[in-house]
Amino acid sequence: MLVIECPYCGARPEPEFAYGGQAHVARPSEPATTTEDELLQYLYLRDNTRGLFRERWRHVRGCGRFFNAIRDTTTDFFVTTYKVGERPDLPGVGA
Amino acid sequence: MKARTTTGGRVDRSKKIQFTFDGRSYEGLAGDTLASALLANGVHLIGRSFKYHRPRGILGSGSEEPNALVTVTRDAARRTPNLRATQVEIYEGMTAESQNRWPSLEFDVGAINNLLSPMLPAGFYNKTFMWPRSWWFKVYEPKIRAAAGLGVAPTLPDPDRYAQQYVHCEVLVVGAGPAGLAAAAAAAQSGARVILCDEQAEMGGSLLSERSATIEGLPAMDWVAQTLASLRANPRVRVLARTTAFGYFPHNHVGLSERLTEHLATTPANLPRERLWQVRASEVVLATGGIERPLIFPGNDIPGVMLAAAARTYANRYGVRVGERIAVLAGSDAAFEAAVDLSATGATVAVIADVRPVGSIDGPGYAAAKSARLRILPNATALGVTGKLRVEGLQLGLIGADGQVVAGNTIACDTIVMSGGYTPSVHLHSQSRGKLSYDETLGAFLPAATVERTRSAGFSRGVSGLAAALNDGATAGAAAAAAAGLHTTAAPLSASSLDAGLAGQPGALPQLAGLIPPKKAFVDFQNDVTTRDIALAQREGFESIEHIKRYTTTGMATDQGKTSGLNALGIVAATSNRRLAEVGLTTYRMPYTPVTFGAFAGAARGEQFDPVRRTPSHDWAVARGGVFEDVGNWKRTRYFPIGSEDMDAAVHRECLGVRNSVGMFDASTLGKIEVVGKDAAEFLNRFYVNNWTSLGVNRSRYGILCRDDGFVYDDGVIVRLADDRFHVTTTTGGAARVFGMMEDYIQTEWQDLSVWITSTTEQWAVVAVQGPKAREVLAKVVTNVDLSAAALPHMGVAHGQIGGIPVILMRVSFTGELGFEINVPAEYGTDLWEAIYAAGQEFAITPYGTEAMHVLRAEKGYIIVGQDTDGTLTPDDAGVAWAIGKTKRDFVGKRGMERPALKAANRKQLVGLLTADPAVVLEEGAQVVLEPNRPIPFAMIGHVTSSYFSATLGRSIAMAVVEGGRSKMDQTLHVAMPGGDIPVKVVSTVFYDPQGARLNV
Amino acid sequence: MQKFSGWSLLKEAFGGHQGWKTQWRRAAPKAEYDAIIIGGGGHGLGTAYYLAAEHGMTNIAVVEKGWIGGGNTGRNTTIIRSNYLFDESARLYDHSLKFWKDLSQVLNYNTMFSPRGVLMLAHTVHDMQVSKRHIHANRGNGVDNEWLTPEEAKAFCPILNIERNIRYPVLGGALQRRGGVARHDTVAWGYARAADALGVDIIENCEVTGLRKDASGAIEAIETTRGLIRSKKVGVVAAGHTSVVMGYAGVRLPLESYPLQALVSEPVKPIMPCVVMSNTIHAYMSQSDKGELVIGAGTDAYNSYTQRGGLHISAHTLESICELFPMVRRLKMLRNWGGIVDCTPDRSPIISKTPVEGLYVNCGWGTGGFKATPGSAHVFAHTIAHNEPHPLNAAFTIERFRDGLLIDEAAAAAVAH
Repeated sequence: MLVIECPYCGARPEPEFAYGGQAHVARPSEPATTTEDELLQYLYLRDNTRGLFRERWRHVRGCGRFFNAIRDTTTDFFVTTYKVGERPDLPGVGA
Repeated sequence: MKARTTTGGRVDRSKKIQFTFDGRSYEGLAGDTLASALLANGVHLIGRSFKYHRPRGILGSGSEEPNALVTVTRDAARRTPNLRATQVEIYEGMTAESQNRWPSLEFDVGAINNLLSPMLPAGFYNKTFMWPRSWWFKVYEPKIRAAAGLGVAPTLPDPDRYAQQYVHCEVLVVGAGPAGLAAAAAAAQSGARVILCDEQAEMGGSLLSERSATIEGLPAMDWVAQTLASLRANPRVRVLARTTAFGYFPHNHVGLSERLTEHLATTPANLPRERLWQVRASEVVLATGGIERPLIFPGNDIPGVMLAAAARTYANRYGVRVGERIAVLAGSDAAFEAAVDLSATGATVAVIADVRPVGSIDGPGYAAAKSARLRILPNATALGVTGKLRVEGLQLGLIGADGQVVAGNTIACDTIVMSGGYTPSVHLHSQSRGKLSYDETLGAFLPAATVERTRSAGFSRGVSGLAAALNDGATAGAAAAAAAGLHTTAAPLSASSLDAGLAGQPGALPQLAGLIPPKKAFVDFQNDVTTRDIALAQREGFESIEHIKRYTTTGMATDQGKTSGLNALGIVAATSNRRLAEVGLTTYRMPYTPVTFGAFAGAARGEQFDPVRRTPSHDWAVARGGVFEDVGNWKRTRYFPIGSEDMDAAVHRECLGVRNSVGMFDASTLGKIEVVGKDAAEFLNRFYVNNWTSLGVNRSRYGILCRDDGFVYDDGVIVRLADDRFHVTTTTGGAARVFGMMEDYIQTEWQDLSVWITSTTEQWAVVAVQGPKAREVLAKVVTNVDLSAAALPHMGVAHGQIGGIPVILMRVSFTGELGFEINVPAEYGTDLWEAIYAAGQEFAITPYGTEAMHVLRAEKGYIIVGQDTDGTLTPDDAGVAWAIGKTKRDFVGKRGMERPALKAANRKQLVGLLTADPAVVLEEGAQVVLEPNRPIPFAMIGHVTSSYFSATLGRSIAMAVVEGGRSKMDQTLHVAMPGGDIPVKVVSTVFYDPQGARLNV
Repeated sequence: MQKFSGWSLLKEAFGGHQGWKTQWRRAAPKAEYDAIIIGGGGHGLGTAYYLAAEHGMTNIAVVEKGWIGGGNTGRNTTIIRSNYLFDESARLYDHSLKFWKDLSQVLNYNTMFSPRGVLMLAHTVHDMQVSKRHIHANRGNGVDNEWLTPEEAKAFCPILNIERNIRYPVLGGALQRRGGVARHDTVAWGYARAADALGVDIIENCEVTGLRKDASGAIEAIETTRGLIRSKKVGVVAAGHTSVVMGYAGVRLPLESYPLQALVSEPVKPIMPCVVMSNTIHAYMSQSDKGELVIGAGTDAYNSYTQRGGLHISAHTLESICELFPMVRRLKMLRNWGGIVDCTPDRSPIISKTPVEGLYVNCGWGTGGFKATPGSAHVFAHTIAHNEPHPLNAAFTIERFRDGLLIDEAAAAAVAH
């Protein structure tokens, strides 16, 4: 049971949160011009990073807000969490 | 109690306790464990081993015990197998039994395995039992299974109660030996919230086994009592005895299992049997001590062979003389301490045989043994043990200067105590993903770099000597408090004791050269793993320690290798010419010692297993014998039987009641979401496939939701309550996930929209009133609403009151009849239900359940998402493509459903099916095929999704998804059944009132 | 290959078991192979075995970063069944089940396959509908699966609680009698020994650090901690680490790796004659030959490579186990562990060629790969040998996600109303 730092509420235990998968996966906004490959990337392909990973969480049993986190998937320790729309650069962290 | 000393020990000699073991009565003392009490009665034979059924005694004195496993039975339902006798506290009337033997412990037929053992080396089962093939299933495996297993599980449900508690603290200290007590005291001084736990009934750890140690000038146990009193008086400190820290989880989350009643003769009703603590600690101090290692020599498992520290514990803590004539086998200094203390119990120490050469034997224990004039024989080894059910002699070997061993005397003795040095207990440190490093001098893996906010102290990190361990603990406790942001300093503590170090000799003792030992030398006692097994694994090419473990099963018994782990490594290192550190360790996993399933499950049983959601009509339905079904967390009434009606009869009546007059249905479980904001309509436009901007205020529309992959996800009626306010309904099971999906798109994709959503499922109770008389029923109770078709047409919405309660009336129908869904604030739900029921009496109103609802909607071809669709159907497949807003640039799923495969002509499409025989009701899930009477396997082109007998139509109806179904109208297909195919005709999904005449009245 | 049998065991017993030979050689990597399999789990070792045994490719290597069978092969609850819903799945898993029947004899290694029957419980009306749909579809595919009433379920598994007053009472179950369990380690060791005997090099402690392509973009070598090894055919069978390995070749996959936990009880005398699964309340239990109750827990919520999960996940499983089998409440958890499972969006595997010529991938088995080991290995070997899929894995491509041709076992069991 991880402890997760909600940027709005502070540190809370994992059962208050829902996982949201990889962060910064943009939804193609123009269906008319979206290619099959772009759709594939959006719907299904994921980095599945071993190491520092940008991911989404939602404080579902709290404030309800989505936010992003950088977590090391080899240790399950968080480096940071940040609000939607932000994107802190950290050495060694990919897109 | 012939082996009880006359004085000393921590048992209460004034409180005698009667108990039975294998049907025989014995007497023990308060403070005894089952092991100490049996030893006091001269009983050493306690159990039989797993594989060879060899007689086994007591090896240790605590949770490390591999041999002395017993079953304790309170009553038929309260039988607990596989308990370690060394940890079981006796109580008046306790009934304990040995395990894995038949017909008796002394004469065990299974011991034939010991004679067959040449055929049963490590991995033998991989190599045989393959011919004839069928014998594995019929003969070999059943026999193996019957022989395996240790104790017998209870056959009745456990009536006991288990509790759980979550707690935060600044400093958690695991282990209440000298280092742990000093750590807790230092941390507590800072004002930190401290939890101190220890697996034993009494705190003090190694000090409990000391005879003459002092701390701060006090007898050690007086210092312990003083320290504990001060800790217990501190309201910020929690002291937990009989509590094992069993698991170290990410982010300093530690699981503790506390045993509250197992030691009591009668268990108080107010106490749970066990309590699972889940501790989130800012800092953790691990003061978990160490475990003595056995020496590996032939016959080292015969009852009467015991760890030296355990023998010392029995002498000093329990006042028990473990033997009358004792041989001591020393591989470490600790053996000398034991020899001195055993001698003091009145036993004869026949010899102290030390495997080390003269010059390397030293230390205060050695000096004490010498001054007690005990016979010390250096350069010695053990070649064997005589005796079967109890030790009778120790066959010594003498190690020459060249390392060669020659046979020595056999020393007559009834007990052999041994010490191979200590293994620090690094389990929790390792579970926390901390690194370990091998200390060549100490011959031990010690905690190195940490990952969590944790530190080890005292013996568990290789610090030996009482004064050093105390001060290491105090320093760690103060440092932990400081790291948690509190200030304290640790005052130095003084102490004296016979300080033996932890160094020793992992691996097997030297044997006669070139001889395959005629007797087995055990490494893992419980799993009967011998040195030869480990050698065999290596001979067969198993090199990784993980492979050797799995091939030989060493370390996989209920003690999880506490006494065997390092010895196995030592043997592997020696035979493969590797350094022990290179061989490496197997992974430590939770739990440290086995933990009761019930403690994990806690109160989650029966109704507490999962929350129950009840509708406003629940009690009313219960009172009328309603039959319920589980839908998500909800209890929904499936049907309301009258008299002896079965489901078919009740549903038949309920359906006709609705069609012929009027029925009422509790629809409160539908998910409800209020969507508000100036962009609410635009949001719904983007989210649902339908067009919402054109929907007028106080009008409603059926909406379809897809995921971006283009497959149907949910559906429901959406009402526009105002320009900027929508009331969205979802399926019962889909409410939470639809809400989450809305939040996802609002918060992360469409931040340009001004829209907020609120879950209102719990705020509204809903009663559906359906049937030709629905308007008349409502007219009796609703005020301030014009119910006429002109004022409130189909899909119209109105606001009014019932008995002064504000209601929203939605003219919607999931039956095909004239219908209304009445929404009231949830607290009025029961009143509304009863008001409608009363008003409906003159029309013989029929309460109906989910089953009749399913039939009524199927007669109209209305789909149920999740039954008629399954996450692989597009709106077009499901026949609801008409709902899609064709002119919209984008909506969730628009691009996904445009993929060629999702528009293929031969996709599975929802159609109606009619059986040739109207009495035959198809089975839901049955497969649709083109041709009758095919051989298996055969091609299937779809399946029946919904199937009922329609009372209204007097015949069966069904819906199915069928490949290219809409192009197969009026064709005859077949439904494949084991008893013979059923011919069906493909028809429209609308079986009843296709023009909707009954709706628009 | 030294023959294993009761006779050889007896003969060796007289010689103090000194005559047993190494089960597989400790091979050092050669400069080049005709094919390399990355990943020494059951699927990878099996692939090498079938390449050698059925396709005559004996100059091949299996490279494993740790010790063989140390990943999910050695970490699962060994449930074997084939009663999957969709035609493609049922055929693939049944292909595998047929191999299990005489795998011990074929490999001359007792894999202890025990067809004790796998009973999948239904707790709701919706569960029953889904079960029946499976049973009918399975019949059409020649896969056995039958409906049991609660009373029949209890007769089959006497410790099952079928009281109606529990939170989610058992309404029945689907039983596949041919399903069962096997001994996980022996699958890796048995394939390794048999492959080794055919000349396959099994190279442990050899981690792949890169995949090298030639000018045309085809695979030409793998980079490892033990040096560069050339091959024009490389099969990746790296389970939870597949995304990382395939990333070396620039191939992005629809995979996410999650922790999956399992646990065993202390051994007790036999109480459980079968395997029972409940997908609705997340409980999976059988009893091993040794007497331990083997219990599968759920996945944790998040991507992770840590091989461990949270206490709340295993605790939740034990809540369910204690509800279904109330007499085990007093038994104890002996050991809990975690694996890394690679999940696809449709929870069906990928056994496929890749956009890189000569590079093949077998992954995405999620929580259920052990049962498929022999069949998966068999069709993957075919795919590598022929550079074309076997008919049984033709649908399990990477492209199915782009094309919307999912084999969605998970969605097909969707819960709603």
